[in-house]
Amino acid sequence: MTQRRINPEAIQELERIVGREQVLTDPTELRLYEYDGSVETGRPDCVVFPANKGEVVAIARWANRHGVPMVGRGAGTGLSGGALAREGGVQVVFSRMNHILAIDYENRRAVVEPGVVNMDLSRAVAHAGLHYAPDPSSQKACTIGGNVAENAGGPHTLRYGVTTNHVVALEVVLPDGELVRIGGAAPDPTGYDLVGLFVGSEGTLGLVVEATVKLTRLPETVKTLLAVFETADDATETVAALTAGGITPAACEMMDGWTIRIVESWIHAGLPTDAGALLLIEVDGAREAAEEQAAAMTEICGRNRAREVRVARDEREREALWKGRKNAFGALGRVAPDSYVQDGVIPRTRLPEALRRIGEIGRKHGFEVGNVFHAGDGNLHPMLCFDSREPGQFERVIETAREIITLCIEMGGTITGEHGVGMEKDRLMPLLFSEADLTLMRCVREAFNPLGLLNPGKVLPSGKGCGEIRVLSTMSQAGRAESGGTAGRSSGKSQP
Amino acid sequence: MSAIGEKLLGTLTGIAGEENTSVNAPDIARYVVDGLAPQVVVRPGSAEEIAEIFRLCAADKLAVIPAGSGTKLRMGGPPTRYDVALVLTRMARVHAYDAGDLTLSVGPGARLADLATLLEKQRQFLPLAVPFAAKATIGGTVASGIDSPLRQGYGTTRDFLLGAEFVTGTATIAKSGGRVVKNVAGYDLHKLFIGSLGTLGVLTRLNFKTFPLPESSRMFLVSFAGASGALDLVERIVRSPIEPSSLDILSPSLAQLFGGRAPSTDPGLAPIDSWLPSPEWVVAAGFGGGSAALQQRVADEMARMAAEAKASGTVLLDDKKRPAFWGQLREAVPLLLDASPGATILRIGVLPKCMGEIFTAAQSSAERHGLPLAILARAAGAIYAAFLPEKVDEDTLGRLALAANEMSEAAAAAPGFSSILYCPAQLKGKTTVWGRERADLGLMRKVKQVFDPEGILSPGRFVGGI
Repeated sequence: MTQRRINPEAIQELERIVGREQVLTDPTELRLYEYDGSVETGRPDCVVFPANKGEVVAIARWANRHGVPMVGRGAGTGLSGGALAREGGVQVVFSRMNHILAIDYENRRAVVEPGVVNMDLSRAVAHAGLHYAPDPSSQKACTIGGNVAENAGGPHTLRYGVTTNHVVALEVVLPDGELVRIGGAAPDPTGYDLVGLFVGSEGTLGLVVEATVKLTRLPETVKTLLAVFETADDATETVAALTAGGITPAACEMMDGWTIRIVESWIHAGLPTDAGALLLIEVDGAREAAEEQAAAMTEICGRNRAREVRVARDEREREALWKGRKNAFGALGRVAPDSYVQDGVIPRTRLPEALRRIGEIGRKHGFEVGNVFHAGDGNLHPMLCFDSREPGQFERVIETAREIITLCIEMGGTITGEHGVGMEKDRLMPLLFSEADLTLMRCVREAFNPLGLLNPGKVLPSGKGCGEIRVLSTMSQAGRAESGGTAGRSSGKSQP
Repeated sequence: MSAIGEKLLGTLTGIAGEENTSVNAPDIARYVVDGLAPQVVVRPGSAEEIAEIFRLCAADKLAVIPAGSGTKLRMGGPPTRYDVALVLTRMARVHAYDAGDLTLSVGPGARLADLATLLEKQRQFLPLAVPFAAKATIGGTVASGIDSPLRQGYGTTRDFLLGAEFVTGTATIAKSGGRVVKNVAGYDLHKLFIGSLGTLGVLTRLNFKTFPLPESSRMFLVSFAGASGALDLVERIVRSPIEPSSLDILSPSLAQLFGGRAPSTDPGLAPIDSWLPSPEWVVAAGFGGGSAALQQRVADEMARMAAEAKASGTVLLDDKKRPAFWGQLREAVPLLLDASPGATILRIGVLPKCMGEIFTAAQSSAERHGLPLAILARAAGAIYAAFLPEKVDEDTLGRLALAANEMSEAAAAAPGFSSILYCPAQLKGKTTVWGRERADLGLMRKVKQVFDPEGILSPGRFVGGI
């Protein structure tokens, strides 16, 4: 990967925008920004910490003037390399823009800066019986801006929906420095659903400098159940039965036996170490609704050979049950120097078969696969533990991951349910999307990000530029060739 | 027929077959949009045929307006050009229905009524209780962005459309999203199609999340002397632990319309006047499913909150009456269209707390301009304000234009959005359909430029003349 060098005069200009202490250029400091939660790396040439949207506008204009790539970054918890500077350039870190700007309790809306930590927003509104519903496992650290970029999910999105279902308006800085508001706090904005396009665009269309999100009422009652099974098959069949039975819990998480034992040895949450799998199921709503659903869940678990169903009696027990789930990836990280969590989705009816085949793929390559995942929506997170110092292991892990993802696609699923494509899976996109699909997406990217300066090398694999395809697919050549030429030239820049 | 029409007919016949291409007068008349008639009506059978048609249209700069059953062709701005009516009713296939996974993949021409029958066999449904339900197609429902009372409990189309395949104005067959319930791979291009009125492309396959059908349904009607009581109750319900699947406010005049006659779109619906508290404001709160204990809790909470909001009466509709009321609520838009030859229905979106202001603004506009008014408002903040003049003449059109403009300003001030959902075609020259211009219109034009650079798709019908 070619690293761009930014000349000292340009750095001084940048320092004049945000202040000298808000720009990092020292190689040892930059190293900290080379990583996120993924297995990828990408070192920026400099890091800048804007204080407000005006500074972000100025930074974007600066980057344009100097032809410097830009990448937005929140807390760096992303799992697909979305916030890494794949082609160098400037990393725009939003940690100073971490203010909740407004809370409208009556209309259940909040306006936040992108650097606000997900859980801080929920905490800030809890006293009014509200919360911000999307709850990625990293919610204690991850930011709303990053959530918007990745369209983050989480355990409770099964009932409450993912980020895109909760974001109603955004203020974005386009790569040329234009500041635009899209969507609206009020429902049903006229025009195209640009918010729907931006959420999950992985920072390739604009930098979010303000988000207006929905706040959701906290349920009156929450019931948390832990169902213990002798085999993984019994657990996955229970999930299929729940889904087919039309019962949607608030969350339905699964952990396989291998993972249970590792997690328990570290967390000591009282998990059954001799079990084949467990399901952590949560139902919520009005007291009567939660009780009714909890009874239905217990019944279905029993019918599918659960050997035990524990129900948390209070908040402390509930937290204990969740503790194992929330710290599972951390625990798995302890069994080997490196770990690589996958993120595929399959139709829920095929869960039993999928888990069996993923285990087989892992064993074939010499890896034990740990499974802790959002079973209720078929969102698998197979975890591969490995040692990158051992020659050939990293390559084998990548091949294993590729086979797992290919399996998800074969089953009618997708390559990422909530972690994003980033720089991890751009090369896998052609397995899911045709060249025509990808070209159209590139054209959309070019419309917003014409010079390819914003988060280059992410989401879409390199391929045909937009100008080329327009000329090919429309029969009138005359007017198009010229504009196509411009687009074609610029697209070359964005592709590594 | 013009020379270009002859040539076009020949080429389209070559693509879609003679039996699916028509220039006969009744067919043409069916697809007139705001007074503009197409030269040819074509009913393609596949995405490939549509791509071929678009290639032809792009080359000859011909304008295409897609249609399903034609129930929403009156929506949007007046088209600037119109050559081909692209009717998608043949593309009604159910491509996949995985009841166990609660996912469905269908062609755009599938009728909602047929889908409902299919899904009901598995005790499932799509939460789209939209108007013109007997005829409306799924493609038209999505492309029009029409909402339904069920948005309170299930969200709007963007919350359960998982992915789609479509043909763009560049004759590209492309897709986005997927068929599973969770997916973040690539851009969610399909979301752009929701409410786009056929200006970006034609949906050729739509993937949805389906939902379990509640085992039972109940509807409470709570009446109030004034709108403020109704708004107060809605706010209390939204803050309470009980979760209605629908929550709407009817103005007294709309409640009266419900009692008057069945909508022309569903003549079988029984009139409901004898048990509708009228002429008063009515809050209609629908609940689905639940154990006996939960149902009792809902009834208790409703009674408590109705008393606190000083309601004048509450009716719990029984199983015989509820479907009739539900039908009227679903068909409220056609019912309003039936009620006046010049029915002008505004669709306004504001934050819930601003609904009262919009009611007041609509009432003063109605009084000022001597126009009868009916209002339907959903708790989420989506308001249908209908001006219902007795006749359509120049004077009336002038008054309607003033009222529509006033509403557009009131919505913008709230702040919120406003557009004209339905109105007489003649009104479209006198006021803008899409309300105040948006700050992000430039970005929308960029999107349009990507999907339809030659401007062949529904030109002029969308926001800002897109």
